[in-house]
Amino acid sequence: MSLIPPFDFQRVFVEPWAEGGALHGWILAMAVLVGMACGLVGNYLLLRRMALIGDAISHSVLPGLVLAFMLAHSRHIGVMFAGALAAGLVTVFLIEFIHKKSRVKPDAAICITFTTLFAIGVVLTSLIDKGGLHIDAECILYGEIAFVPLEPPVKILGRALGPQPVLQMLGVTAGVVVLIVLFYKELLASSFDPGLTASLGFNVTAMHYGLMAALSIVVVSAFEAVGAIMVVAMLIIPGMTAAQLSDHLATRHWLVGVHSILSGLLGLHLSVWLNCSMAGAMVLTGAGFFVLAWLFSPSQGMIHRWRRPDAPGDTVSQFQ
Amino acid sequence: MSAARPLLLGLLLLIGLTVLPPEARAERISEIKKTTFAESAARFFTLRDPSLRNALIGSVLMGISCGLLGSFLVVRKLALMGDALSHAVLPGVAFGFLWNMSKDPIAIFVGATVAGLLGAGTVHLIRSTTKHKEDAALGFVLASFFALGVCVITMLNNLPNAQKSGLDKFMFGQAAALGDQDVVLMAVVTALVISVLAIGFKAFALTSFDAGFASAIGFPTQLIHYTLMLLLAFSIVVSLQAVGVVLVSAMLITPAAAAFLLTDRLKPMLALSALFGMAAGAIGSFLSFVGNDMPTGPLMVLAGSAVFAVALLFGPRHGIVARWLRQRSRSGRTRRENTLKALYHVLERREFKGDDVSIRELAEQRRETEVEAKQLARELVRHRLATTNDSGEALYLTPAGWQRACEIVRNHRVWELYLTNDAQYAADHVHDDAEKVEHILGEETVREIEKRLNYATHDPHGKLIPGLADLNAAPFSGRRGARATGYGAHS
Repeated sequence: MSLIPPFDFQRVFVEPWAEGGALHGWILAMAVLVGMACGLVGNYLLLRRMALIGDAISHSVLPGLVLAFMLAHSRHIGVMFAGALAAGLVTVFLIEFIHKKSRVKPDAAICITFTTLFAIGVVLTSLIDKGGLHIDAECILYGEIAFVPLEPPVKILGRALGPQPVLQMLGVTAGVVVLIVLFYKELLASSFDPGLTASLGFNVTAMHYGLMAALSIVVVSAFEAVGAIMVVAMLIIPGMTAAQLSDHLATRHWLVGVHSILSGLLGLHLSVWLNCSMAGAMVLTGAGFFVLAWLFSPSQGMIHRWRRPDAPGDTVSQFQ
Repeated sequence: MSAARPLLLGLLLLIGLTVLPPEARAERISEIKKTTFAESAARFFTLRDPSLRNALIGSVLMGISCGLLGSFLVVRKLALMGDALSHAVLPGVAFGFLWNMSKDPIAIFVGATVAGLLGAGTVHLIRSTTKHKEDAALGFVLASFFALGVCVITMLNNLPNAQKSGLDKFMFGQAAALGDQDVVLMAVVTALVISVLAIGFKAFALTSFDAGFASAIGFPTQLIHYTLMLLLAFSIVVSLQAVGVVLVSAMLITPAAAAFLLTDRLKPMLALSALFGMAAGAIGSFLSFVGNDMPTGPLMVLAGSAVFAVALLFGPRHGIVARWLRQRSRSGRTRRENTLKALYHVLERREFKGDDVSIRELAEQRRETEVEAKQLARELVRHRLATTNDSGEALYLTPAGWQRACEIVRNHRVWELYLTNDAQYAADHVHDDAEKVEHILGEETVREIEKRLNYATHDPHGKLIPGLADLNAAPFSGRRGARATGYGAHS
């Protein structure tokens, strides 16, 4: 069938780097940075069982972006971040409001909130004159990581450093890493036992909202590259894979880094081979790694469990 | 199922509309774009365009099936399962298209249903074989299946002979693109959903509210769960064309959640939810039609959200406004009762000599300013619990006010006595509790407590408890004078 092109090592693995190496280099850099920033935040979302809050915020930054653009008539990075932060906070607030003030359960409240906000965003994007705002249905759904190298480069002292989104993502990833290094203990403790953490004198609420703010910033930076829906994959799949392999949070952070590099690289080649959406191919590769870890993880993989059904449970192994 | 009957009638009516001969011809809605709002609205309501008629009937059918199934998702707390499944069907749509490279509704239906069930199965598998929680499993299925769908669709779009696959319409929905076959399929699925739910209503209701009990008395809960998932996959698949992959979950959850706020019973909830779904579908397709081919899905979702917002704010029992008003009236009543109590205390302290209480005395008793006391007095007058003299400086209790004041003081003292005697509280610890309870004790409870206390006459602080005779006596009828009396003091 002509749908899947024949596999040609030369075309798939050599040509992207031989011709247009810089182009693919920037795409790969963007993919790895998106994977890292999202995955690191995602590790905490998974621990706190808030994966679907990530889903909600990744949808609701859309109206935030569009409204910020409409109000400020600029797509300056500060404006976009402000819009995303506002959208993230409004989402969290609305979810809380609906399920505290009525008897609607939290899951339904999440669903209602983000679909409404997302629908507002879609309607606004089709209504406004998008002079300079690169957000349309294509971008929301498929992501436009392939166009990242074509963005105007950032120049410092007359020298072009690289495309603006990649550098922005680099800054955001660095920020996430710094925050995790600074607040590693606090984040760890408040994710596992908020009650204990609060009694030790740490501000658990501030941790929560700080995490939400970081999530909004990360999501908005990754938004144009991978689209609203596949951001969710970037948030949780690396963390899920890492959790299959290790029970130690710091190790999971490193594994997330490895996962994002591998899935970015292989995803890029997969999309060159199949001639399909790059973001989609990267997510698929990442999901493939999760399936591998699911089956073959030495400590908790399916094979391991099947061969040793009476193996000590996961929770026990943490304390040994 | 009584609630299903009017729905079924409406359904038949709608299906009947499809066989009417078309009066105007327009193959696509975009051909009749250049009209005014009024013209488009007129066109819409007369249902003359076949494509428009399909769009409207399709949206309404979708509203019914999504609304009915969504109710079960909401009461079973499976809202996000709907979200995950609706994204998971995308690769199925793409593979269904691949079957013979056309938008054959049957092939797409089969492909998408299989993909949906695979998604549900994967969620179950991840949950049962890893330590990941439900949210992670749902997110994984949602995102990875969606990515697979995106990959296949972009590959399809690159094929030379599939330029106009129209699969993009499945993302945000375009009700105007519904064909006759699509609508027939939707009608079949809706009829199936209604009849399965009607036949198995008892089983579905019981497993939704108490799965443990249901399985204990021999209901096959797993089978029922997967039947529900299958129906869900069916109705998500037929809704895709109208509302789109991304937002189907809103059509499932939002109308059902709005209905959930308005009623406490499952059958009315199902009926209301289907009704809201229909309304949202119809309004969405109308707006999409007059708004020049805008995507239908987001507009339907916004219509549904508007319904939800109204229910959330103005629902008669669970609405925020109703709750707020109830709370306000409760706090107003408590304030008035505290004023009455203060008046009683003033009178009691001067051993019921004279029947007027001045504003100053009230203010002293309540430890408030005279302005505040005046306001409290005005409130009592407004509720006919007291009257004032011409200058407004002296307050007289009306019979109703006197009775209520006695009741409150009695409740307070009886409760204090109960706590010290029966619950072994120290006498100096009971006042604060009694301050709260005095407003909510009912007559029957008071009788019960009085009986247990052997109709005691004095509270722990040595004060007399006002008795039944005091309650019924007109205030200051002359017989009292010396002191308030407990039970038995009159006889």
